[in-house]
Amino acid sequence: MSDLFEDNAPGQNAPEFTVSEISGAVKKVIEGEFGHVRVRGEIGRVSRPASGHLYFDLKDERAVIAAVSWKGQAARLAVRPEEGMEVIATGRMTTFPGQSRYQLIVENIEPAGAGALMAMLEKRRKALQAEGLFDPELKKPLPYLPEVIGVITSPSGAVIRDILHRLRDRFPRKVLIWPVAVQGQKCAPEVTRAIEGFNALSPGGSMPRPDLLIVARGGGSVEDLWGFNEESVIRAVAASDIPLISAVGHETDTTLIDYVSDKRSPTPTAAAELAVPVRLDLLAWVGEQEGRLARALSQSIGQRGQHLRDLARALPKLTSLTENARQRLDRASEQLPAALRLVTQKRRLHLSEVSAAVRPEALRRVLREAAARFDERRARLVPGLLSRDMMRKQEVLQGTLSRLDLTSRNQLARWGRKLDGLERMRQTLGYRQTLERGYAVVRGDGDVVTTSKAAAKASALEIEFADGRLPVGGSPAKPRAKSKPPTDQGSLF
Amino acid sequence: MSDKKVSEMSFEQAMAELETVVGQLERGDVPLEESIKLYERGAALKKRCEEKLKEAEEKVAAITLDGDGNPTGTKAVEGL
Repeated sequence: MSDLFEDNAPGQNAPEFTVSEISGAVKKVIEGEFGHVRVRGEIGRVSRPASGHLYFDLKDERAVIAAVSWKGQAARLAVRPEEGMEVIATGRMTTFPGQSRYQLIVENIEPAGAGALMAMLEKRRKALQAEGLFDPELKKPLPYLPEVIGVITSPSGAVIRDILHRLRDRFPRKVLIWPVAVQGQKCAPEVTRAIEGFNALSPGGSMPRPDLLIVARGGGSVEDLWGFNEESVIRAVAASDIPLISAVGHETDTTLIDYVSDKRSPTPTAAAELAVPVRLDLLAWVGEQEGRLARALSQSIGQRGQHLRDLARALPKLTSLTENARQRLDRASEQLPAALRLVTQKRRLHLSEVSAAVRPEALRRVLREAAARFDERRARLVPGLLSRDMMRKQEVLQGTLSRLDLTSRNQLARWGRKLDGLERMRQTLGYRQTLERGYAVVRGDGDVVTTSKAAAKASALEIEFADGRLPVGGSPAKPRAKSKPPTDQGSLF
Repeated sequence: MSDKKVSEMSFEQAMAELETVVGQLERGDVPLEESIKLYERGAALKKRCEEKLKEAEEKVAAITLDGDGNPTGTKAVEGL
């Protein structure tokens, strides 16, 4: 049975591990040995699950290592890992015993070498450009003379001093410094915040809102200037309502902020020069304008004076204008008495011609002729002629009147006869003749009654005979029948 | 000639109009009355420009920030 146990076999006296024990031992070795490593490699597949942790592969030509950056750390990474990026990842190695895996816990990632960094920068630049953030239409003109200049930079160091010195030389202004870190991981968020913060100030508030911003930093390595390449900074500059000058690094350094700023300046000193004009130059210019104004006015007046004098010379003398008229007046006034005399003579001659015909004898002759004509007419006027005519007309009138008299008498006699005839006719036809013959008319309440029914209804009856009326059963009715036309009795027959 | 009050103009506006006024006056094609008015306006504009140039006062302040990076006020900066 003893050979069932192989414990004592040569080389077989090493201790036994359980899986957990060996996994734990491996973990201890790996974590102890690789507690802080920098690994250079290309980023492979990247995955960002909703948990916020970041998983990616690091690889080179022959090997792959799994890398993870926990949620809190992933947000603080200086560089966002992207597939294909050449990076140096800093962190520690650990194992994951449950799956027999080992992995790198990444604390930071930096681009590996300038080439990789520049490639990344170029990629980012193209993406932002495609978005239109660098469009020339977005560039705002700088104010000619800003009242307040906001400077976003490190509050200590040569940069702010250079800017202030140059401003002082050219045109001292109010300057508000927003202190920021100009390198390192705090740089981009602080610069972003400063740009947004200046824009958020209200004009005329306790903190005056600048009308020009300068973002400045001295020269440095690509890594030092990296904050000014960050997307948050670029977007803040693009969104800024206040015109902004970028002055980051030296002339040869180009950061993305230079693409998006309204004006790029090679150095901080140059930014101050872009920001304000030279005061003394302006004072000289104003003085010069004043001189030009005065010269122009006096020249204008001088020219007009000369023109006036020229015109005055060309103006004819007053006497020469009146001479002619005066001469005409003289001549006319000389001729006036003679002309008057001539006119009077002419009129007098005419008067004498006319008055020669006007003599009393002529008037008397006219009167005599008129009297003769009157006498002649009067002689022809004989009263007998008139009275004869009147007598004749009288006779005619008498004749006519007697004829009228005769005719009307005849007419009246004719009408009288006709009336008698008609009366006789009436008498014959009237009901009273009938009464003479013994008939009577019965009336009830004044109306003629023709039936026994109507007689029974009447309150009082009356009988008319030829010689009068007799009431029946009552006092005699009022003689209303008089008003009734007797012709009503026609209906009795 | 703009109707804006000279006393409300920025330096740049006053400067631009002063330039125009001088140019108009120098061309000499404006009536005399007008040119006197132009001169007076030019003189006012020049005065405004000078005023703005005299307002050349340096005042440097730094913004103070709280722990979260929000501005809390300003403090004067000297010796830079």
